Amino acid sequence: MTMATVETKPTGTRPAALKQTSLNTATAIEMIGVNKWYGDFHVLRDINLKVERGEKLVICGPSGSGKSTMIRCINRLEEHQKGQIIVDGTELTSDLKKIDEIRRDVGMVFQHFYLFPHLTILENLTLAPIWVRNMTKKDAEEIAMHYLKRVKIPEQALKYPGQLSGGQQQRVAIARSLCMSPKIMLFDEPTSALDPEMVKEVLDTMVSLAVEGMTMLCVTHEMGFAREVADRVIFMDAGQIVEMNTPNEFFKNPQHERTKLFLSQILH
Amino acid sequence: MPSQASLRQAARLLFGSPLNAALTLAFGAMLAVALPPMLRWLVLDAVLFNPDPAACRAASGACWSFIYVKSGQLLFGIYPVEERWRPALVCLLILALLGWSVRPASWTPRLLGLWISALALIVWMMGGGLGLEEVPTSAWGGLPVTLILTVVAIGIAFPVGILLALARRSTMPAVRIAAVVTIESVRGLPLLSILFVASIMLPLFLPEALLPDKFVRALVALTIFAAAYLAEVIRGGLQAIPRGQYEAAAALGLPFWRTQYRVILPQAIRVVIPALANTIIVMIKNTSLVLVVGLFDLISSGKAALADPAWPSPAAETFLFIGGIFFALSFSFARFADFLERRSPVAR
Repeated sequence: MTMATVETKPTGTRPAALKQTSLNTATAIEMIGVNKWYGDFHVLRDINLKVERGEKLVICGPSGSGKSTMIRCINRLEEHQKGQIIVDGTELTSDLKKIDEIRRDVGMVFQHFYLFPHLTILENLTLAPIWVRNMTKKDAEEIAMHYLKRVKIPEQALKYPGQLSGGQQQRVAIARSLCMSPKIMLFDEPTSALDPEMVKEVLDTMVSLAVEGMTMLCVTHEMGFAREVADRVIFMDAGQIVEMNTPNEFFKNPQHERTKLFLSQILH
Repeated sequence: MPSQASLRQAARLLFGSPLNAALTLAFGAMLAVALPPMLRWLVLDAVLFNPDPAACRAASGACWSFIYVKSGQLLFGIYPVEERWRPALVCLLILALLGWSVRPASWTPRLLGLWISALALIVWMMGGGLGLEEVPTSAWGGLPVTLILTVVAIGIAFPVGILLALARRSTMPAVRIAAVVTIESVRGLPLLSILFVASIMLPLFLPEALLPDKFVRALVALTIFAAAYLAEVIRGGLQAIPRGQYEAAAALGLPFWRTQYRVILPQAIRVVIPALANTIIVMIKNTSLVLVVGLFDLISSGKAALADPAWPSPAAETFLFIGGIFFALSFSFARFADFLERRSPVAR
């Protein structure tokens, strides 16, 4: 498979084992009256949010505002205590089977990559397809190489994560999620732990994903990225969604004092 | 001829500072005092090949011919003399299998099958039946006993230890408490008392028909003991794995056991290889404690051989020989652990 065919016919070159996935419903994620406490600390307060399929959301806010916790509730890395979260038509409860089902279809990229350091890049990518999707090793490797080419580091396939730069590791982490053909991608500050010169390569990968129509929720302070790809920008503070608007309106015409203060601090 | 530079370097190392010079002189003096008599006892005045007990009685040095003449008894204990080829083959088989198993290329699921069938073969070769003369476990002895106890006890204790370690970290209270009680009560008892319980107290409670063989009981006691210690070492490794590894695996939809087996344990065990090797080497030597419940491992066989009144009871030589075997086993294992450690891919 050459890069040229990948670029000209992206769907045609998908490996045969890759099922074309589509969402069961028009609404990808719905959060209704979601509340969460850490002990006495009220970390999420009455979160109401509806994400349509194909939508790209950027979530920003000061640290400790609950933005990471909110997206971590979507694949149940954190448990909410009140309210409903419905992902792709399935409500998240303590039902482990449903949690696994949802996790299979929701990819997540972490601030600190969390690649598996004892496995090669290729093994990192094929682990879940083989052991969760029950693919053959050959099919899984074909898909892995497909996505490594997409994030432009196929030549690193046989190295270990420790041998790669931060930006390369984060691109591997994105490819690792994509190998599960997720319907929704969650990004939890994907560029915050990177050296400045590596931020762009990761953002470029995310932009290309957005262009392809992936449903994305990104916790990030990269406002340039928000302007370029976001359908809506959400500002959170003290566990609440304070403001939600199109990027244009959000940056030009913020409604709340807290939003204005935050924007003045991060946009010099 | 050593070059002038290396001579100068050696001189600097030995006499470079007043402290170094004093230490060099002190150790030099000790060697000068101790070496000649040692050499005389070990070699010059020793009986090397003469298989006559009288020669040993006459000599003032070591009696190495005893080891040679009694090697059969030392290695195979009270196993019937005309059947000694069987334990000899068993020892060769176990050592060959161990040698085969340390190659990374043989780490496939087939290896487990190979060991299980080998164990069946070993039990038949040692115990007899099906055309071989039957030899009860009470007549087994020496090296094969040490090797079987070591390999089987550690081979079973390792997976059991992993399960105990995982159970101790479980979020389910019943599982966690069961693991804590097991580990702490086994760790709280000396191995000797566990062996006594297995071999002397169990027969008081269990009817004859339900009672496993004494060898099996000792084996189970050793296994439980090793498992409790290995569990704590492995738990240490599990604690070293950052939360992010669990989260990344969970986010990919990997279920609990797959996460443990594919992601967490390979890293956790690698972290604690030195401590694991330490525990396992201690266990190799712990097998010699089965002599207190009447099983004839290498050390008991040595003692039995020494009881021959025809010979002047050369205990030092015998225990040096047995010590050499234990050293060879432990040191080989230490080298293997070292190899595993260095083999780990690029550090995090």
